[in-house]
Amino acid sequence: MQLPAHFEYQRARSVEHALALLSRHGPEARLIAGGHSLIPMMKLRLAQPELLIDINEVPELGGIEITEDEIRIGALVRHTQLLDCAEVGRSAPMLHDAERVIADPLVRNRGTVGGSVCQADPSEDLSGAFSALRAVADIAGPAGERTVPMRGFFHGPYQTAVGPDELLLRLRVPLPAPGLRTGSAYRKVSRRAGDWAVGAAGAAVTLAPDGTVAEVGIGLTALGAREFVATEAEDLLRGQRPTPEAIDAAGRAAAQHCEPVADQRGPVEYKRHLAGELTRRVLRDALARAGGR
Amino acid sequence: MEITVTVNGRTRTRDVEPRLLLVHLLRDELRLTGTHWGCDTSNCGACAVWLDGVPVKSCTVLAVMADGHEIRTVEGLEGPHGLDQIQISFVQCHGLQCGFCTPGMLMTARWLLDRVPDPTDEQIREAISGQTCRCTGYENIVRAIRHAAAAERDAAERGAR
Repeated sequence: MQLPAHFEYQRARSVEHALALLSRHGPEARLIAGGHSLIPMMKLRLAQPELLIDINEVPELGGIEITEDEIRIGALVRHTQLLDCAEVGRSAPMLHDAERVIADPLVRNRGTVGGSVCQADPSEDLSGAFSALRAVADIAGPAGERTVPMRGFFHGPYQTAVGPDELLLRLRVPLPAPGLRTGSAYRKVSRRAGDWAVGAAGAAVTLAPDGTVAEVGIGLTALGAREFVATEAEDLLRGQRPTPEAIDAAGRAAAQHCEPVADQRGPVEYKRHLAGELTRRVLRDALARAGGR
Repeated sequence: MEITVTVNGRTRTRDVEPRLLLVHLLRDELRLTGTHWGCDTSNCGACAVWLDGVPVKSCTVLAVMADGHEIRTVEGLEGPHGLDQIQISFVQCHGLQCGFCTPGMLMTARWLLDRVPDPTDEQIREAISGQTCRCTGYENIVRAIRHAAAAERDAAERGAR
């Protein structure tokens, strides 16, 4: 039987309350929401917090809000909620592509968007997706609120900008100005349904009125890309016409600049191949959704 | 700590350790052994129960997190007029052999049919993709869920007429 070691449990009523508990108990306290990373880690003694602060009932952390220029996703939004939100599917289809391939429906019913990015697992799909979309994270701490771009949020495997006395409030995904053609897509290769990625990629493309690429974001998951993004490939495409040759060059750049590691899911050469091929495919998907091809 | 959970409509209060998992609260404290305890790693789905109306894996939920919330287990499927249609269909279509995965399959299938009354095979397979059956090869499980959907649509049509 796998059981976590002993710990204390408190339910936070508000963000303020959660922050007060975090300050009072120091780094031995951990926040818990969906718990689908933390509880398994506690069973294996990879994490042994002395206090769990349950934030499932903090009302400020829930909800999806779509304004003219951004999508605001509360840290406590469950994967299923994000997948069920049709407006998210229209404005940022990559998020729905990614959510569909995260674990399974039961895990998605419980796991949260905020928990996924704060876990910062190198194979976690939303990290690549939000980085490609150039989302920003609002973080609350003892000194007040601050905003950190996703490209700058991930400090390494399982390490993020969120300090031990801080809490992620929400992610905000910027939406392109109305009138600009835009599209995004995410694809993942995994060994079986619900598994972690062997490799995955996401792309978001915004086209200028003349048909050139006004802005592009390319995210790579489980492929050892710095901050989950393929900046060299983005730089190659920005300002260019998205011709097959340009897409091909972007794929080559993505493959060249990532640093995948060999593991039971595949050797380095195969993962590098995936980085290139998936980058090409998601760029084509994103462009098709933007009506650019 | 003392927690109060509504299980299948009945309020239950217990004094539990924070580290107690929901699956063990149900099985060991409340003696509702219909919920099965399988892989312990949120992979197999044998322990699926509804938490506030949606199926979750109860090996990866702390009992204390369910304090003040509603749980529905396989024991709560049967209504005053007998077995739920999904249970009847699993019997009729041989949707089980050993029965270990069945409670979880039933809870997820019930949730699917409440959301999607006429699911495609793909939607059915996606819905149970977080659950493992080692006997049936899934064919009869999918058939049973399809059967239940058709039976419920028929019943609804008859009721509407």
